[in-house]
Amino acid sequence: MSKGKLAIYWAASCGGCEIAVLAIDEKILKVAELFDIVFWPCAADGKVRDVEKLPDGSIDVCLFNGGIRTSEQEYMAQLLRRKSKVLVSFGSCASEGCIPGLSNVNTKREIFDAVYKQGEMTHCENPQDLRPQPHTKVPEGTLYLPVFYDTLRTLDQTVEVDYSLPGCPPEAENIWAALTAIIENKLPPKGAVIGRNTTVCDECPRKRNEKKIKKFYRTWQIQPDEETCLLEQGLVCCGVATRAGCKALCPQVNSPCIGCHGANDGVADFGARLMSALASVIDSNDPEEIDRIIHEGIPDPVGTFYRFSLARSLLRRSKKPNGVEVEVHRPAAAAR
Amino acid sequence: MAEKVGIYVCHCGSNIAGTVDCEEVARWAGQNIRDVAVARDYKFMCSSLGQQLIEDDIKKEGLTRVVVAACSPHLHEKTFRRACQNAGLNPYLCHMTNVREHVSWVNNDKKAGTEKVKSLVSAAAERVKHQQPLEPFFVKVNPATLVIGGGIAGLQATLELADAGYPVYLVEREPSIGGHMAQFDKTFPTLDCSACILTPKMSEVGQHENVTMFTYSELEEVSGSVGSFKVKIRKRARYVDYDKCTGCGICVEKCPRKVVDDDFEAGLGYRKAIYTPFPQAVPRVPVIDTANCTYFQSGKCKVCSKVCPTDAVRYDQQDEIVELEVGNIVLATGWKLFDCKRLPNYGFGRLANVYTNLEFERLCNAAGPTNGKIVLRDGKTEPQRVAIIHCVGSRDSRYNSFCSAVCCMAAMKFGHLVLEKTNAEVYSFYIDMRPNQKDYEEFYQRLLEEGMHFVRGRVAEVTDAARRPEEQGKLIVQYEDTLLGEQKRLPVDMVILMGAMEPQADAKEMGLKCGISCSMAGWFTERHPKLDPVATMTDGVFVAGVCQGPKDIPAAVAQGAAAAARISGMITNGKVMIEPIVASIDEESCSGCRVCNNMCPYNAIEFDETKNVSRVITAMCKGCGTCVAACPCDAISGAHFKNEQIYAEIEGILWDAQPAAAATEGGR
Repeated sequence: MSKGKLAIYWAASCGGCEIAVLAIDEKILKVAELFDIVFWPCAADGKVRDVEKLPDGSIDVCLFNGGIRTSEQEYMAQLLRRKSKVLVSFGSCASEGCIPGLSNVNTKREIFDAVYKQGEMTHCENPQDLRPQPHTKVPEGTLYLPVFYDTLRTLDQTVEVDYSLPGCPPEAENIWAALTAIIENKLPPKGAVIGRNTTVCDECPRKRNEKKIKKFYRTWQIQPDEETCLLEQGLVCCGVATRAGCKALCPQVNSPCIGCHGANDGVADFGARLMSALASVIDSNDPEEIDRIIHEGIPDPVGTFYRFSLARSLLRRSKKPNGVEVEVHRPAAAAR
Repeated sequence: MAEKVGIYVCHCGSNIAGTVDCEEVARWAGQNIRDVAVARDYKFMCSSLGQQLIEDDIKKEGLTRVVVAACSPHLHEKTFRRACQNAGLNPYLCHMTNVREHVSWVNNDKKAGTEKVKSLVSAAAERVKHQQPLEPFFVKVNPATLVIGGGIAGLQATLELADAGYPVYLVEREPSIGGHMAQFDKTFPTLDCSACILTPKMSEVGQHENVTMFTYSELEEVSGSVGSFKVKIRKRARYVDYDKCTGCGICVEKCPRKVVDDDFEAGLGYRKAIYTPFPQAVPRVPVIDTANCTYFQSGKCKVCSKVCPTDAVRYDQQDEIVELEVGNIVLATGWKLFDCKRLPNYGFGRLANVYTNLEFERLCNAAGPTNGKIVLRDGKTEPQRVAIIHCVGSRDSRYNSFCSAVCCMAAMKFGHLVLEKTNAEVYSFYIDMRPNQKDYEEFYQRLLEEGMHFVRGRVAEVTDAARRPEEQGKLIVQYEDTLLGEQKRLPVDMVILMGAMEPQADAKEMGLKCGISCSMAGWFTERHPKLDPVATMTDGVFVAGVCQGPKDIPAAVAQGAAAAARISGMITNGKVMIEPIVASIDEESCSGCRVCNNMCPYNAIEFDETKNVSRVITAMCKGCGTCVAACPCDAISGAHFKNEQIYAEIEGILWDAQPAAAATEGGR
């Protein structure tokens, strides 16, 4: 059997997914045995122009992590899609948008204001209020920067994706299981999420009862007992709605699930599902009391229910205020 | 394989075709909706010829899905499902979209209406392709029936069922059965003695071997569904041992505490602190009114206990909850009288000799506080002139816009009784006379002959402020005679207000308990106003009598009997079909999080500890969808309302919309 060709790429994400690949420990040697790594900028030198020269479909597997925020990322997604037989949306950012996707509640202008204006967020010195420009003329010629889009999109909103691997980041054993499945050609039907189709509760050893919640707590407010379901103790544990596969890592250490594995098959909107479930177990019939329970216990609904999935949700982003210019995505190649 | 969809657009005569271009919709659907094999419009789809069209197309064209755009599915869904079944197509592969109530009846713009019907047909066609064949199942019908309300309608239903040999539980809020009819003296138009025709039925119910009565009791809770309801009845403490009491009445006689009887005697008479509401009460077992009982208020007295020959008085009795299982429920909860004080210009409660209709019923009742003598509040003066004001709180947009249906006839009955028992003149002030049932018009003619005066016009005011000498010390009725076109004043001695029948104060709450709704006015909503007047939208729950809308005794009795007949039929059949539209839980996907466990309003979800999954008890599921929405991981799906069916429906209805991404992302 000839060696397969593997590419790993990193777009709008924190880089944790890249490290997660290495967390498979010594098995990485097995990967190297089975695959030629043709492109992995984080770990080995490689040039985009070399990828461009490869014949279409010549990469067997591409693990792509990160969402699509800039024209460059968009171009790379399209390029790697074209060059790869199997494109895997790797981790939460590529699959659902994850934390970078949360900035979809803001416009590009607001994001740039937060970053480049002298403000409390970044403390950057920028007295001339300069902003990154896609084209900048300097005496030596024109400099190019990727175009920053208003909205972060997931990989599958940008190009066709064959599989996705959930997690922030995916757990080492799930990565190995996915790679094994690819090597052994035991892949699920195209489009599938590689993982189990049940939720974290299934793997969580805590004792569960009928749920009746009178008050939600934030994690710093209580020391939960280690036996009982965290949700029943008033912590917003997303485990009820989150795809299993992590062996209930967070609840095992007395911390509520934050939902990084995303939703089960068939759920169109993780946040809406979770909200509807939590709304169902609030133990009150008095509208004012219900309002109070929600407002006091869940001060950041988007960050709670859509922490990972906003870009992938039915909402996708907040409504843009009137008068905000909508960034027209130009063909990626022309933007470079 | 692509589905073959048949689309049928009904004209409903001109009901739909009047404001919708049905031909155009059918033509458009045939050309523009994917997978449509046949698209037709037809004058009356529900006719046998219309149904035949569907059956023929299924057989000849091999249709695999059917869409009928017509009236409400409440009316004809069964019809079209049956047509499909006749032609060998699973009935749940047929979908109705309501283009009459939702389009033609609420719209005059033919162009807009036609466009909306196109969208609805497109939605239905996309949805129906995702529908799945379902098989209905059957549950056994418990032969016992719960009747709520011991008025004449409830009594009739009870007796019909009990006589047919089926057990009946009769729940009545008051200490005795009988309802409002027990308060009346005579009944129109025959002038039968009300008690003489009612009390035999009461005692028959009281002694019937198939009837278990719960008086002084209320419905607490209903669960389950048609065929097998579970109900909880609160038996309020009457402080008298039901089994030991012989109904001798010595306790009532010896009780030293007399209180005004605001219930049965409408405030005109007295009762004791321990009492039965009236002499012919069924059961004869009295109750103690603790708010007025000397013992309960001060700890002393106990006279009733001392005189009781069977030692039946129990001061420590508590409310008791009784659980029953029944197959069907009849609501016959009746009505309450409009509070005539809400019309201060008529002076009730301020001017002594202004009476309500219920007070007057007691006044002229031989068993009433005056032994049937029609006298003024002073207890001795016979009136010389009596005015009867119709439509007090009815046909009045400020209070109730409905007609209370019985007041015209009751007013004439009062007129007759006044003319018979006194030498007084009687004036009736009416808006319209509505004696519209059998022998009612004849009764009106009789009263005209007896000399009752009928004045067409609404009374503006009843006052004691005299302007002329002859008005001194009288009540003056200020009115407009609309036939003469004149403002007039009439001095009288007594005024009777024909107060409206109103829904019980807790009708909405009662409806919620039983899963049925109320009209805007508060009357229980029947399944169909003409063709199914005693059934409701909840299978196994029936309504009878005034709780469904104002009506007279014959109509209430007919409804009681009709409800009983419907129930008898179900009991005889022994089983009832349950729609297969139920929720189910995929055990593979269910993580046992238990979010759904206490959601189900019908208690149809159980948790399996060993397998760590939740499960729907199909026979108890009503397909409401609460758990489907609550399930955080899509492990629960509702048959016939699956996600893909609803998404397809939404996509269908938006057939002409721009893709959302293009609108917000500048072309992407």
